[in-house]
Amino acid sequence: MRLNFSQNVRSALRALLANKLRSALTMLGIVIGVGAVVALLSIGTGAQASITNRIEGIGANLITVFAGTRNQNTPSGAGAGATAPLTYEEAQQLKGLTGVAAVSPEVTSRSPLKVGKNQETAQIVGVTPDYALAHPDQLDHGRFIVASDLTGKTRNAVVGSQVVTDLFGGLDPVGKQIKINGILFNVVGVMKSQGSGGFGFSRDTTTYVPLTTAFTYLSRTKVGNQNTVSTIEVSAADSNSISTAIAAITDKLTILHKIKPGATADFTVQSQADILAAATQVTGVLTVFLGAIAGISLVVGGIGVMNIMLVSVTERTREIGLRKAVGARRSDILYQFLTETIVLSVLGGIIGILVGAGISGLVNASGTIATVVSAQSVALAFGFSAAIGIFFGLYPANRAAGLKPIEALRYE
Amino acid sequence: MIEIENITKVYQMGETEVRALNGITLKIEDGEWTAITGPSGSGKSTLMAILGCLDSPTSGSYKFDGVDVAKMRDDELAAVRNKKIGFVFQQFNLLARTSALENVGLPLLYSSVNHRHERAEAALKAVGLGDRLKHHPNELSGGQQQRVAIARALVTEPSIILADEPTGNLDSKTSREIMELFSELHKTRGMTVIFVTHDPTIAANANRVIHIMDGVVV
Repeated sequence: MRLNFSQNVRSALRALLANKLRSALTMLGIVIGVGAVVALLSIGTGAQASITNRIEGIGANLITVFAGTRNQNTPSGAGAGATAPLTYEEAQQLKGLTGVAAVSPEVTSRSPLKVGKNQETAQIVGVTPDYALAHPDQLDHGRFIVASDLTGKTRNAVVGSQVVTDLFGGLDPVGKQIKINGILFNVVGVMKSQGSGGFGFSRDTTTYVPLTTAFTYLSRTKVGNQNTVSTIEVSAADSNSISTAIAAITDKLTILHKIKPGATADFTVQSQADILAAATQVTGVLTVFLGAIAGISLVVGGIGVMNIMLVSVTERTREIGLRKAVGARRSDILYQFLTETIVLSVLGGIIGILVGAGISGLVNASGTIATVVSAQSVALAFGFSAAIGIFFGLYPANRAAGLKPIEALRYE
Repeated sequence: MIEIENITKVYQMGETEVRALNGITLKIEDGEWTAITGPSGSGKSTLMAILGCLDSPTSGSYKFDGVDVAKMRDDELAAVRNKKIGFVFQQFNLLARTSALENVGLPLLYSSVNHRHERAEAALKAVGLGDRLKHHPNELSGGQQQRVAIARALVTEPSIILADEPTGNLDSKTSREIMELFSELHKTRGMTVIFVTHDPTIAANANRVIHIMDGVVV
């Protein structure tokens, strides 16, 4: 190529500046497309990071046991096959298994909370003192559920930090009373704020009561004369004993539930890592989905570029004829128009990245999701816009390059 | 030297064939100053396009400086145009929003020569526009624009200049000045100058007049 790169870029910039408004509007399509890709990918990545943090924050070395078979391939909540509920008695038998440090059976219900005239519905979790072992460092002040609460079936409750704001007007509730499902409880402790669970879901209204009290007043489902629990959370002794503990729990429950060899178990034992993998997969799919939608707008922007370049080729037919008359080869004209499209797309891409990063910053500042503009998403968007420049520029440029000099010169 | 033999050019216009050139044989020696005239539709512009290697003949042979160009590929023809032929058009065909200097330097972008800037400047001085280097076409008169176009034709130092109705858009006084410029280039540089015109008074400037009618030399 006799025309060097910088001369080509300079002449492309001149041609684009000749029609400022048109070039700007064409570029806008690319700006919106690239901006959307960068912003949506950063929001997706941010959501993923925030969910990962949340799950890791639930408790270290945590194993969750629940009834029914559920894994990352079935929709959440859909239990497959026969379900035999887990019981409090079974939870007791998991204590002392190899690698198991703490066993926290839990029964969960949604019930109204009421203080004076203030009322809200919250998640009520019946727990044992072991809950605090499985989820260390979550109590803000006061005390958590203790062994004597369990034996005495006391009506003591530990409330979430949001409940303090919502129902107690921000005053310290310890020593005060709260009605749960119409029954009066004494508040003995307040939990720390857990922050948003992601996507506006708050865990800070969750209120904890003794498990035995919950059996009596809130959840009365039984199997025979055994009280059933929603989940059993098991804390492994350390991260190395997680798989040992999972194996021991599975073996124990297989015997207790009389599962025949080869038959599908009617319970699920899941580690933190499994849940994390499932959540990561879901948010990963979400991110790809958001990126794909943004990608469509980028393609639309590219079609806009092609449209304008076709108009430009038609308008400049005589110029092309002249260039060919004075010795421009087919490839010279091809590069000239291709450079124009690429300059347009790449400039649009750079502005789009800045706009996308700006939107991502705004979302970040609003506090909904901590967004992350990753180097990969910027590289992807930039590469994609350059590729669109080449792809959508090739046809108009080829059309210009193929013009016959004499016909182009006589074009009116 | 230009040697064409039995050149024909046939255009297909839908169902009908149009024979724009119907067997033309010509020889133009180096340094000749030739006018091609004829009424509109006579085929003189088609002949011009073929002589300028802008179009290929349907049949016949064309030797340019002894080289057969009739069957050349597009890119080879582009190289011949760039090195050996300078074009001047009726419409000037200057690039808008581009200085005189850059317009003149345009053919050099497609050649491998050095000192483009200096060559372009020298060509503009040769046509008397040494003080208009940075001016854009819309800041120049018609005569000045055509001088810029002539400078552009000269800048690659071609062996021939082809001018298609070079005075067609100019008043008679400016036309005379442009013809004087061509005459001077012919005399001082010994260039072959071929121009197409339908105006007998302009054609009278030339040393040789080739008259075309219905695609043949008469």
